[in-house]
Amino acid sequence: MRRFLVLTLCLVFVGALAVAMLELAPPAIDLRIPVHGQLAQTGVSHPVTAVLLNYRGYDTLLEIAVLLLALLAVLTVTDDAGVTAPHAEHPVLQTLARVAAPLMIVVAVYLLWAGAFRPGGAFQAGAVLAAAAVLLHLVGLLPGWRSPRLPLRIGIVAGFVVFLTVATALLARGALLTYPPATAGILTLLIECALTLSLALILAGLFLILSRDEQAP
Amino acid sequence: MTFAFDLLLALALLWSGWRTLTTRRLDRAIVLFIAFGLLMALAWARLAAPDIGLAEAAIGAGLTGALLLDAHGALRRRKGRP
Repeated sequence: MRRFLVLTLCLVFVGALAVAMLELAPPAIDLRIPVHGQLAQTGVSHPVTAVLLNYRGYDTLLEIAVLLLALLAVLTVTDDAGVTAPHAEHPVLQTLARVAAPLMIVVAVYLLWAGAFRPGGAFQAGAVLAAAAVLLHLVGLLPGWRSPRLPLRIGIVAGFVVFLTVATALLARGALLTYPPATAGILTLLIECALTLSLALILAGLFLILSRDEQAP
Repeated sequence: MTFAFDLLLALALLWSGWRTLTTRRLDRAIVLFIAFGLLMALAWARLAAPDIGLAEAAIGAGLTGALLLDAHGALRRRKGRP
């Protein structure tokens, strides 16, 4: 009896949701026209990249800051101890990873480059690079990370620092993150490159640091 | 044809989501979660949002799946140890 009641309530709820979805009013503000109208000044020709790095640059700046903060939090709660020596996996898996990793790097660079004019961009490219690192770690070719050394630290903060430097440098022109249309394209590319590197290291770091104690005997 | 594909995709999403939450074995739930993420990426592509689809496939299905599998492995090893 009770099950029947719950099922009926669920079905009524689903029906109400469907009706509400079908009767949604058209959005009050249509942002597509202004986004496409100003696209020529953003230095990129893909509207999503224009929104992420130009119109709403703040959001992306804060996003990379949040990810950096997450990695710092992970670093503070993990201790330095733990065995980082990778355990050797099956040679077939290792060979497959050796073949796949360079291809993934090529895909990541393509995604980064394609971000200017078609779907792609720093986040996707960084995630693919991080996935390559995770793959190499899982088959035992890449050791887990202890506390990162100086080059690694620079790489991890590079995206945020470059983004923030560009943002504050533009502050002299009046507003934060208002790129001059002439150099917007090259500035966006510079920020995207730094973001890709840092995102890859941060995302890979989340995995390589957290999974480090797994090999402990 | 595309309607049939969309319908199948929606049903597969609902089914894999339901199975992910209700299956008893953790490892199976994680694999179902990865499958759910990939189906979700397809759904985003069908909704003309390939950017989100790419991010979902790479981060949602790939990295999160790897982290979950790793956590599962660590839990099992810890349980096996006295």
